[in-house]
Amino acid sequence: MARPGRLLWSLVVPVAVVAGWEVACRAGIFSPLVLPSPLQVLRRWGAYASPLSPFDPSRESYLAWLASGELWQDALGSLYRVSVGFAIGAALAIPLGLVMGASGLAHAVLNPFLQVLRPIPPIAFIPLAILWFGLGNPPAIFLIALGAFFPVLVNTVAGVRNVDAIYLRAARNLGASDLTVFLRVILPAATPYILAGVRIGIGIAFIVVIVAEMTAVNRGLGYRILEAREYFWSDKIIAGMVTIGLLGLAIDWLVGRLNARLLRWHRGVEG
Amino acid sequence: MAFAGPEGEVRALERIDLDVADGEFVCLLGPSGCGKSTLLNAVAGFVRPTAGRVLAGDREVQGPGPDRAMVFQEYALFPWMTVAENVAFGLEAKGLARPEIRRTVSEWLEKLHLGGFGDRFPKDLSGGMRQRVAIARVLAIAPPILLMDEPFGALDALTRRNLQDELLRVWSGSGRTVLFVTHGIEESVYLADRVVVMTHRPGAVKEVVPVALPRPRDPSAQDFNALKRRLSELVMEEQARHELDELGVAGRGAA
Repeated sequence: MARPGRLLWSLVVPVAVVAGWEVACRAGIFSPLVLPSPLQVLRRWGAYASPLSPFDPSRESYLAWLASGELWQDALGSLYRVSVGFAIGAALAIPLGLVMGASGLAHAVLNPFLQVLRPIPPIAFIPLAILWFGLGNPPAIFLIALGAFFPVLVNTVAGVRNVDAIYLRAARNLGASDLTVFLRVILPAATPYILAGVRIGIGIAFIVVIVAEMTAVNRGLGYRILEAREYFWSDKIIAGMVTIGLLGLAIDWLVGRLNARLLRWHRGVEG
Repeated sequence: MAFAGPEGEVRALERIDLDVADGEFVCLLGPSGCGKSTLLNAVAGFVRPTAGRVLAGDREVQGPGPDRAMVFQEYALFPWMTVAENVAFGLEAKGLARPEIRRTVSEWLEKLHLGGFGDRFPKDLSGGMRQRVAIARVLAIAPPILLMDEPFGALDALTRRNLQDELLRVWSGSGRTVLFVTHGIEESVYLADRVVVMTHRPGAVKEVVPVALPRPRDPSAQDFNALKRRLSELVMEEQARHELDELGVAGRGAA
């Protein structure tokens, strides 16, 4: 953990930027339509997060009512698409990467095809995705799975290929079978690489979900900020952007915790 | 003995005709690059000679196996396993029952003064302790032949002497054969029944020097030093011959 002094220093720049922004808006330098003040954004963020209807105990629980605000529904929807899409992408990429890393033949057969697909940004698949899956969750999940697939695949292949030969020698020398070598040596040795791929893949999934919601889904945080532009609600656009940033930060923090937990044997990883 | 290398066949070793008796402690001594590790890797089954053969007992070595267990200079502990899991690895591969594995693991951890460290990861241990774990991991599967590739090369002098004594303690009376590669002259006299001095590449047996001193050996004793001197003469001779060779090659290259 950072020392309290460090924490204080790290707050200097954000506080100064927000304060400067507020002062500039109050001085009337920017039209509120172009750049609303931070306080205005905060108020709008509060409204965005609040339930639309008054609490009615006969219809729903208090918790469900609290989460009935537009913001929470949008965030949950985006999170759902990211989770399902990423899970599908990783569930395909990890086994395929393990096979491609371990078998020269599988690598020779699959790699050229995958290398041709890889440089196509997932966003370029949007028209096809809509054509194939229509609108709503299916095309978004397809695009997210595609975006997460390649970084996880590439890292898994690299992880298996970079297993230090001395571990394989030691394991064979101790009498381990092929299956044991794979499960207890190659897989754990490749885990740091795979998890690095997972982290990158989730980052890309998060980018893709916003773009997908702007084009193929009429829901979610990405859709909401585009919709806000239609009404010139620039305060709501910024509130949505802040929400997207916070959600991304939270996901990355969680993945970081998971890494530290799974890699507590690894040099240089904090437990 | 020849080996297939990346650039065709490499004659790493030749005229190696070495018999090691059951229960014997043999040191392979030579300058670095003499192929002593290659010879050890051939016995371990990590590399296949393209000419010549290696027999363990009366069977030809076909590949690596737990009857010829190796201790590496770099320890080669699995960093994702705890100390106890590392020691248990070979026992699990053997298919032993859980309670027996647990008993054997704690027995060997005790023997190598690692009791209480079973739950640690290798990264938390010093070099000397890691090598103790590697030795425990190998001895736990009770291999008739123990191969050691400069196992104490990366350790400081005090830790090295300490581990040499531990090794002799667990080896004596065990009936296990030890093939121990080193470039340490004193180490070879301290440990071995016989020291095999190797020539520079292609490595061959230059001379076999028996060490008939009773254990524990005293490195300051006169007969210990006489052997050290003799071995050091043999190794220096090889080193000098090698340096002359290199000069010769360089001379020809420049001409």
